[in-house]
Amino acid sequence: MTGPKIDIGSFWLPKQSSTIAPSIDFAWDVVLWTCIIFFFLLMVPTFYFVVKYKRKKETEVTSAIDHSTKIEVVWTVLPLVILIALFFVGLAPWVNASVAPANAIEVQVTAQKWNWSFRYPNGTTSPGKLVVPKGKPVRLVMSATDVLHSFWVPEFRVKQDAIPGVYTSLWFEATQLGTYTVQCTEYCGGPEGDVAPDKPGGHSDMLATVEVVDEQKYKDFLESGGEDKSIPIAERGKKLFQQWGCNACHSLDGSKLAGPTFKGLFGREEELADGSKVKVDENYLKESILVPTAKVVKGYPPIMPVFQGQLKDPQIEAIIAFVKEQK
Amino acid sequence: MSVAVPGAGTEKHEHGHGSPPGSNYWNAEKGLWSWLTTVDHKRIGIMYLISTLIAFSLGGFFALLLRLELLTPRKTIMSPAMYNQAFTLHGAIMVFLFIIPSIPGALGNFFLPIMIGAKDVAFPKLNLLSLYLYWTGALFTLGSLVAGGLETGWTFYVPYSSTTSGAVIMVTFGVFVAGFSSILTGLNFIVTIHKLRAPGVSWYRLPLFLWATYSTSVVQILATPVLAITLLLLIFERAFHIGIFDPALGGDAVLFQHFFWFYSHPAVYIMILPGFGLISELIAVHAKRKIFGYKAIAFSSVAIALIGFLVWGHHMFVAGQSEMAATIFSFLTFLVAIPTGVKLFNWISTLWRSSITYSTPMVYAIAFLFLFAIGGLTGLFLGMLAVDVHLHDTYFVVAHFHYVMMGGTVFAFVGALHHWWPKITGRMFNEKLGRISGIVMFIGFNMTFFTQFILGSRGMPRRYYNYLDQFQPLHQFSTVGSWVIGLAFLIVLYNLATSLKSGAKAPDNPWGGMSLEWQTETPPPTENFRVTPKVTHGPYDYSNDPNATGASDS
Ligand code: HEC
Ligand SMILES: [Cu+2]
Repeated sequence: MTGPKIDIGSFWLPKQSSTIAPSIDFAWDVVLWTCIIFFFLLMVPTFYFVVKYKRKKETEVTSAIDHSTKIEVVWTVLPLVILIALFFVGLAPWVNASVAPANAIEVQVTAQKWNWSFRYPNGTTSPGKLVVPKGKPVRLVMSATDVLHSFWVPEFRVKQDAIPGVYTSLWFEATQLGTYTVQCTEYCGGPEGDVAPDKPGGHSDMLATVEVVDEQKYKDFLESGGEDKSIPIAERGKKLFQQWGCNACHSLDGSKLAGPTFKGLFGREEELADGSKVKVDENYLKESILVPTAKVVKGYPPIMPVFQGQLKDPQIEAIIAFVKEQK
Repeated sequence: MSVAVPGAGTEKHEHGHGSPPGSNYWNAEKGLWSWLTTVDHKRIGIMYLISTLIAFSLGGFFALLLRLELLTPRKTIMSPAMYNQAFTLHGAIMVFLFIIPSIPGALGNFFLPIMIGAKDVAFPKLNLLSLYLYWTGALFTLGSLVAGGLETGWTFYVPYSSTTSGAVIMVTFGVFVAGFSSILTGLNFIVTIHKLRAPGVSWYRLPLFLWATYSTSVVQILATPVLAITLLLLIFERAFHIGIFDPALGGDAVLFQHFFWFYSHPAVYIMILPGFGLISELIAVHAKRKIFGYKAIAFSSVAIALIGFLVWGHHMFVAGQSEMAATIFSFLTFLVAIPTGVKLFNWISTLWRSSITYSTPMVYAIAFLFLFAIGGLTGLFLGMLAVDVHLHDTYFVVAHFHYVMMGGTVFAFVGALHHWWPKITGRMFNEKLGRISGIVMFIGFNMTFFTQFILGSRGMPRRYYNYLDQFQPLHQFSTVGSWVIGLAFLIVLYNLATSLKSGAKAPDNPWGGMSLEWQTETPPPTENFRVTPKVTHGPYDYSNDPNATGASDS
């Protein structure tokens, strides 16, 4: 099967893939079997009575016994004890799941219609894909920019709403290498009007992937800034151009926005604010992106944000490749 | 023997004592106008019945559309925008226009005064006002269909609802108005039960349906104003940007959820308690046995109504409330299970040494016990903090509350509709067809919704238009089940409709019931009893009088 999927572990539940999953599943098993037993305790007498006391003649005399204090106390107190026990069985793993270990890797999660983006302490930002090392606790600090969303990985048994204006958090420690699916579980609307049958439907397609990798791959990921090398480099550059909001100030069609257009930029002779001239090559582009104030183009205010420390080398390369294509 | 009852308070009745013999509430007056201006609780009940059944058909129609769309993991018949509107309207119609008003408005109105030997409710004109408020609310709610639609979900969560372009103000205003209908009906019932009981109808001789209705009324009066305030604030938020809920305006999104569930959890009991009451009637009458644990059942309704106010936070375990709050809400949630369990135990014990007919109402009552047991027990999963985190907002929750609301309340309602149909219409329905409808509905229901427990625990979130391919077989099975449910309702409709034309004339007391509604004529005269009844025994004293053909107005 292609596309996102959830690995099913037992009849009822997905595969256990986090450290807290087994304890939560233990609580599940306890309540499941309690319910099955109680269900039969209720239904066996019901159907037994229904068959046994089927009316045979209209004048049948029925019992006048209308209460029994003894049995009523039993069926009040006994369930009470069981219920309190269930409460504690459900509480214990939850307390555990509520308190993140102090050494957890902290990842900022931003939810918005209809995508997830993950930002690591070193500035690496990864849209739609959360990469985590196996066997290390990870704490997600979440917020939303528009409406409520909710982050859920069934195999990890964790879920938490992302709320605009507030930070919420959850943590997990993945125990199995592999790819998992994040589903949004707080309704967040959909596109207006009709869409083609294979197009995303909004809330139900607000998915992301979690990739659980080994320590080395995780390090590589952080260094590469989360670039997926399997996608053609210029295409990645285009994605970054949109994701990082360059398109707010730079056009591709020659029109002038807050910054110069990228159309025909590569190889152009650019006049700078101090009157000197420079030929646009890879080095100039890299410098202009990382430290825009080093060489300010004539006729433009120096308002471009600094991307030093945010964009990694492979990302700069991708953007440069993309700029080169804008002939 | 005839002691004057306070009657219908100070309201003047055109048809007080002594409507002509042979006349009944149907033929006492004629013409549409006589219905629209009636203050007869029975006629108001009938109008509620018809209105809520129309709402149910509409809500059911949307449900069938939703299930059809979910036949395939991608687009099947409608756009995501339409799907989102369909589930919003399905929920809003079923909750606010069907399940909350149905049993109190239709069956409560019709039978409450009769069951206590009164001529009408305490405030008959107020009762008519309730109906008109309900209609007004319904018009606004359904008006959204032509006014741009609504896609917020029936829960109206902010900031989605405060920022969407949908017809939020229109629908919330409709729900707001319908809420007043609910408040006034509750008020009317409470006063009626306190003030208008016929001689001999002590509190412990009230049929259990009335204890349940009484408890429901208390919740309606106390909780509904909170909903009204919440919806009003939401309207202000949208219209004037007051900034109470929308974080972009400095508000708090979670506050809305607190307000909303402070009403809507107790509202769950507004929806289920009347169903509990009906089951007590169905089981006692169709098993001809004195109810086991009368007081326990009566007070468990009151207990559920009270504890029900303290558990709203269990809807918000992953919504960012404090850990302390979540822990307390979880604990209190488990406590609600006690009075609920007590009811089940007592109903089942009532079957012990009884005389059970396999009549249509009994078939529905047994189905109720089965389905409600599942609905109640699966609530325990959701009360457990760690387990709820996994299950929250999945199909498991959808299945759970359909087992409670539909497997519980709707099955009780349909059973009671058959139970009282002869009394209401004067006609008998086809028993065999009735039983078949119950069994078909039971099968279809389990196909549709048991499947959804499995879907949910395996990872299927609710309110999804598209879904992962792996869930398709279960979704398809569930959709086929929804067709079986649809078929069952067509059978019910056919059976009841044809009974009006060709059904046998109903005797006054077809099931041998002991409570007061069976002691008057069928259909009842406008003043309910030609002679004010004097009650000398409880509503379920079957074993005193095995022939049980009613002698309570001796
Ligand atoms: C807030 C608006 C703004 C944003 C966002 C912005 N830039 Fe700029 N950029 C400018 C302005 C203004 C200039 C010209 C002044 C200067 O050179 O600093 C400029 C200049 C440049 C230049 C040199 C262009 C030339 O004609 O020599 C490059 C290359 C560049 N930006 C790349 C980027 C990339 C890549 C991004 C996104 C990662 C980005 N910019 C985001 C405003 C912006
Ligand atoms: Cu609730």
